[in-house]
Amino acid sequence: MTGFRKAPSPEGQAPETRTVEMSMQQALNRALDEVLAENPKAVIFGEDCGRLGGVFRITDGLQAKHGEGRVFDTPLAESGILGMSVGLAMAGFHPIPEVQFDGFAYPAINQIVCQMARMNYRSRGTLPMPITLRVPSFGGIRAPEHHGESLEALFAHVPGLKVVSPSNPNEAYHLLKYAATRPDPVIFMEPKSRYWQKGDVDLDGGGSPDAERNTGAKVMREGRHITLVAWGAMVARCLQVAELAAEDGIDVEVLDLRWLKPIDAEALASSVAKTRRAVVVHEAPLTSGLGAEVAQLITQSCFDTLKAPVERVTGFDVPYPSGDLEDEYIPNIDRILFGIQRVLEYRRG
Amino acid sequence: MDTLPPPDASNEAAPLTPIQLRELYSLMVAVRHLDTSTIAWQRQGIIPGYAPELGQEAAQVGSGYAVDTTRDFVFPTYREMGVARAMGVDMVAYMATHKATWHGGLYDPLTSRLAPIQAVVAGSVLHAVGWAHGQTLDNKDGVAMAYFGDGASSQGDVHEAMNFAAVMKAPVVFFTQNNGWAISVPTERQVAGGSVAARAAGYGIPAIKVDGNDVVAVVEATRRAFAHCRAGNGPVAIEAMTYRRGPHSTSDDPGRYRSLDAERTDAGVDPLERFRKQLLADGVGDESFFAEALAAAKAEEEQIRTGIQALGSRPGTEMFDLVFQETTPALQAQAANWREESEHV
Ligand SMILES: Cc1ncc(C[n+]2csc(CCOP(=O)(O)OP(=O)(O)O)c2C)c(N)n1
Repeated sequence: MTGFRKAPSPEGQAPETRTVEMSMQQALNRALDEVLAENPKAVIFGEDCGRLGGVFRITDGLQAKHGEGRVFDTPLAESGILGMSVGLAMAGFHPIPEVQFDGFAYPAINQIVCQMARMNYRSRGTLPMPITLRVPSFGGIRAPEHHGESLEALFAHVPGLKVVSPSNPNEAYHLLKYAATRPDPVIFMEPKSRYWQKGDVDLDGGGSPDAERNTGAKVMREGRHITLVAWGAMVARCLQVAELAAEDGIDVEVLDLRWLKPIDAEALASSVAKTRRAVVVHEAPLTSGLGAEVAQLITQSCFDTLKAPVERVTGFDVPYPSGDLEDEYIPNIDRILFGIQRVLEYRRG
Repeated sequence: MDTLPPPDASNEAAPLTPIQLRELYSLMVAVRHLDTSTIAWQRQGIIPGYAPELGQEAAQVGSGYAVDTTRDFVFPTYREMGVARAMGVDMVAYMATHKATWHGGLYDPLTSRLAPIQAVVAGSVLHAVGWAHGQTLDNKDGVAMAYFGDGASSQGDVHEAMNFAAVMKAPVVFFTQNNGWAISVPTERQVAGGSVAARAAGYGIPAIKVDGNDVVAVVEATRRAFAHCRAGNGPVAIEAMTYRRGPHSTSDDPGRYRSLDAERTDAGVDPLERFRKQLLADGVGDESFFAEALAAAKAEEEQIRTGIQALGSRPGTEMFDLVFQETTPALQAQAANWREESEHV
């Protein structure tokens, strides 16, 4: 795919193979620990991420281990946190700031959009912005207002930013290590409803960030009849849907998009060329969501072979609702099955 | 620190009467009891979460008590249950936000004079300035009061709001509850320039730093500030020095950033205990009055608990209907699909 340079693989070294079961929270914590150990210029900061280890404990123990100069609490000001990241990057650091909850990235939008995303361009490449902004993202935890939002389309729309979201502990570990070694700003959207889910993490090769493994989309389940495209917490839900659909003889392929910008159009094309049908599933509101982008990319590459228009199953164009209505808002299994059915039953007029 | 010009005869409020002092005590007991009970409700699964205010009763009740709900307007954050109670807001409707029934609560902001609860710290401070400037434009004498914490005072919005208010001479009381902590970060790692009150000088705003554990002192400071604003002199900053005794919220673990011993030493005198002793010493309250106040608080709490347990979820259609005054075709289509697919038709 485009947008990434290939990292050279260390020659002649047989990679260690170790698989460890851990939660996504532990996997992210481990990745950050290794990034700090490997890159003396990496610094982590944000609200409560030092002594407390972050409200989600993603930076747990890192201050004690790496010192207050590497991992520190800032005053409670998102614009300040992001503005400070830009200055640190100009001074040669690799900042890994945290915004405590997705909804609180809004107060920092000015620094993200007008400074962080443009400095490389403005300075003709002399001031790169190797910043990884970690954002606990999406809903599913009955949180108060602004503590569960889906900002991917907003970020993906901004020139100069890259956006990625992991779907399980293994992806979290590898994608974060990879993102934190990129020379460009990456918005790293952590699905907070999956923080405590466990899974096998392949610590192969000490987890050295490897472009081959960490760029592009990934087929999480092979299938012949229809492709479900998802990212973040929706990947696990789509895998559940695929199990249920299989009982009715529908063979679903699940594609984890992983990178929301740049999007892996080739992976979309090759999956849908096989299944000839697709449904995009996301938590964000429908209108101007990334589902539209994905559908367009599929249409563009598979128009002649598509058996039906690409469907979307998404949140609604409403402010993210309170906990009691969250299950109505986030695409549930039934709504995704309806989406699959709409595609399967489509007849040309 | 007190840079607010002393009250003159025309605006000096009369000292609190014994009836008012007893009313303040009853309010503080009601708030204390409801606050500790609400934490229990969370543990029992009745509500998903809550931001306690143990130790902040004097600051909240005292300031809320000074509000004239026929003309003033209050802009809270997420921790102002005591202010709401002192202002007479419907507590079931208030608690609905913590029940996850509806963000912002279910009370009517216009009649209660309390803006909807919101979670972006310092987010509403600028709203207070806009509302207050509207009073000036309308030739009215209402005062806006914005609540925020020492942590929130780090937000640019607070500084923008203070500057705007000072330039426009807007009748705003900036009420900081300095409870010592912003989740895990102590005030000295949060506030530069000595104190929030000291910063006000930079905007030419008079300020009072008050003992936030002394309810009478808080009432008096807030009344003076309101009088100053109402007389057309522009904004005032009040910093009530208090202490958040428990966790930041029901999902916080304060053991990670302070010890129980430190908490006991730093918290100072319990504001409720202190007031009770004062009333006893002054002969304003006796044991039977204190017992009555507690019994009333318990009855009230039970009625509120029953009320919120009876609160059903809001109908899903409200999710769509309340976005705009005039809805859009896209939203209508989504609502129709939602009704069909969820079999709620
Ligand atoms: C803009 C924003 N950033 C982060 C948060 C998450 N958060 C909620 S409360 C809080 C600490 C607030 O401290 P302070 O203003 O002193 O008020 P207190 O909670 O102590 O009453 C934080 C970091 C938030 N609500 N809003």
